[in-house]
Amino acid sequence: MSVTTVMLVGVGGQGTILASDVLAKVAASSGLDVKLSEVHGMSQRGGSVDTVVRFGDRVFSPTTDAGCADHLVSFELLEAARWLHYLKPEGRLVVNNRVIEPLPVLIGEMGSPTGVEAALAFEGAVLIDADEIACEAGSPRSANVVLLGALSMGLPFEAQAWRDVITMRVPPKTVQGNLAAFELGRAACLKGECG
Amino acid sequence: MPTLLSGNEAIAQGAWEAGVVVGAAYPGTPSTEILENLVRKSGVRCEWAPNEKVALEVAIGASLAGARALATMKHVGLNVASDPLMTVAYTGVGGGLVVVVGDDPGMHSSQNEQDSRRWGPFGKIPILEPSDSAEALAMSRHAFELSEELDMPVLLRSTTRLSHGKGLVETGERSEAERERYRTSRPKWVMMPGAAKIRRVDLERRLAVATERSETCEFTREELRDTSLGIITAGIPYEYVREVLPDASTLKLGMVFPLPEQRIREFASRVGRLVVVEELDPYLLDAVRAMGIEVDDAGLSHVGELSAGAVAAAFGAAAPAKRAPMTDLPARPPMLCPGCPHRGVFRALREMDAVVTGDIGCYTLAALPPLGAMDSCVCMGASISMAHGFALAGGAPESRPVVAVIGDSTFAHSGLTGLLGAVYNGGSETIVVLDNRITAMTGHQDNPFTGRTLSGAPAPEIDIEAVVRALGVDDVHTVDPNLFRPTEKALRLAVEHEGVSVVIAKAPCALLNRDRPDPFAVDESACTACGICIRLGCPAISRDASSKASIDPESCVGCRQCVQVCTYGAIVRTGRSCDIGSVL
Repeated sequence: MSVTTVMLVGVGGQGTILASDVLAKVAASSGLDVKLSEVHGMSQRGGSVDTVVRFGDRVFSPTTDAGCADHLVSFELLEAARWLHYLKPEGRLVVNNRVIEPLPVLIGEMGSPTGVEAALAFEGAVLIDADEIACEAGSPRSANVVLLGALSMGLPFEAQAWRDVITMRVPPKTVQGNLAAFELGRAACLKGECG
Repeated sequence: MPTLLSGNEAIAQGAWEAGVVVGAAYPGTPSTEILENLVRKSGVRCEWAPNEKVALEVAIGASLAGARALATMKHVGLNVASDPLMTVAYTGVGGGLVVVVGDDPGMHSSQNEQDSRRWGPFGKIPILEPSDSAEALAMSRHAFELSEELDMPVLLRSTTRLSHGKGLVETGERSEAERERYRTSRPKWVMMPGAAKIRRVDLERRLAVATERSETCEFTREELRDTSLGIITAGIPYEYVREVLPDASTLKLGMVFPLPEQRIREFASRVGRLVVVEELDPYLLDAVRAMGIEVDDAGLSHVGELSAGAVAAAFGAAAPAKRAPMTDLPARPPMLCPGCPHRGVFRALREMDAVVTGDIGCYTLAALPPLGAMDSCVCMGASISMAHGFALAGGAPESRPVVAVIGDSTFAHSGLTGLLGAVYNGGSETIVVLDNRITAMTGHQDNPFTGRTLSGAPAPEIDIEAVVRALGVDDVHTVDPNLFRPTEKALRLAVEHEGVSVVIAKAPCALLNRDRPDPFAVDESACTACGICIRLGCPAISRDASSKASIDPESCVGCRQCVQVCTYGAIVRTGRSCDIGSVL
């Protein structure tokens, strides 16, 4: 298959790196070539972060450029807007509608942007409340797995491949909560305007 | 089945397979995870050194003993280690000696983006540069043999994209390297002028052998496709070239110093237009031009990180259709975490209108608003020596206090010598050691002051206060920076003291604290929207629609910092709405 590019963006500390690792392992377990790119260090302290996972028959570049991502998964609403131009015009957009106020807003230098959710909906975003759904799954820190569930509906991998990697990858005590979060993420996507 | 490994994991695996016996490093993004992975493997002794110079010297000592040894560091760390590096090129090695340097094009987590390939011609040191995880493993493994074969240290150059990119890798088994019985060899290892002059001449001989070796290097590959365009490249940029110019012929260099001039000439003769594609400095371009070969500059920027899109654009491809970036979005810089103990120190320094010379660590984020309490950040350890120089020059005209701030690990790295100089020369500055019991920025590594080693074993917990007193400082205050009033009082006393003063602000990194006391909330009826809590720069506190403070219960760690600044008693303890449970 030709190369598929998935970009996962969010705020440092939200678990984008772990989620991208799960996705990369699912692709690898399906027999595809995979590359992944992530950034560690200072941005992990609450800054804007992005990771890229690319898979297909043969992958060269581990990263991507504006206008080249097939899927954009944003763990936070404003980050979806920040990275939206990385998505191909026909690409699929999954967004956690939770806002984490950035520093200029927290300290009152700037107002919180308005109309972002509507603008993203206009761009065809699948908007889900991943934090709330994670709570429902009994695992509040598993919003990242909820989003993987939503992402999985747009990717050609068997649900069981995802469940196997999640089971292998998460701490044993949290397997049930994370699997529930994954299923609820898939279900939320079905309820929404999921294409 | 192949394993998905990061470049750093692959380098660790390759070194282990090569039978490395000793590994030493100082943590630095993007190189940190190499030793963190190597230490988990059997048969190898790994250590965090207090700085990169020590790390490399430990590795050189192991090499002298005949063992294969590895030292890893980030690009600016190699500056610190450059003293031993430049001379170990003369001595050569016993057991294979490999130095991994992680460059950071684009400065994702660094203060500069120097191009470490320059160490090759400068230090006369062979350099291997992998382009993906599989090659990182193979080169790391091979580098030890190459080092022994050439009797030279070998530099393995990585970049952030390689170190923190992942790819599929076939791992192998470890083979123990043969070790000769140690024998003293003074002409080789004692670099007094007489011996060094002989080794200097011998270095030219070894360089000539290394150049021959580069001509046959298995990691240098000529790939002829359409020969109208030929591209010389190496490392991650090779992947970008293959991505966007799949038909072009490529000469992919595995050894980027010394360069294989014959192979470059042959490739140049087989292709029409010859172009170099590389990231950062025009290192390959200048070298190929110096060979008298006609070659085009791809016209790529020498600033920042390259991408496939940038390479495509340089060869005339139209940019892909895309949405216009959304404007007017607030930036999202990183910030000090909720409950970060550094906040108490910087709040006080801002209140005191101090000139603050800063250093390298999470606390550099205090330079950003709203704390805005840092005047400089140059390199590891510079805070103390720069404060001394600033005071020596007469300080700020308005007699503002001069205060250096430095983290515990950075203090061990290169703060001690600066402090020694300040005391020796009768300085009067105040130095704050931000002792959060860990090397936090790079992801929580232990250091000489934490009481644990890289392998998790207990270690002597070196007492910073005792060290500071032993260096001749009489005025020493140890405070808990989470308690704002005592912290500010200690800082004011230290500043007033004639002579060098040290304040040790000791409290663990908030991310190490697993306890999550109930969060605080704002009593709206008591809040006057004065904004004093907002100016702490805590990610959990924001202004609501009426400008009053609001606390996000999920982010709040219950640290009580804001409670101490609210003069209206408007911040009160509450319960959590959704218990924090499992973590992926």
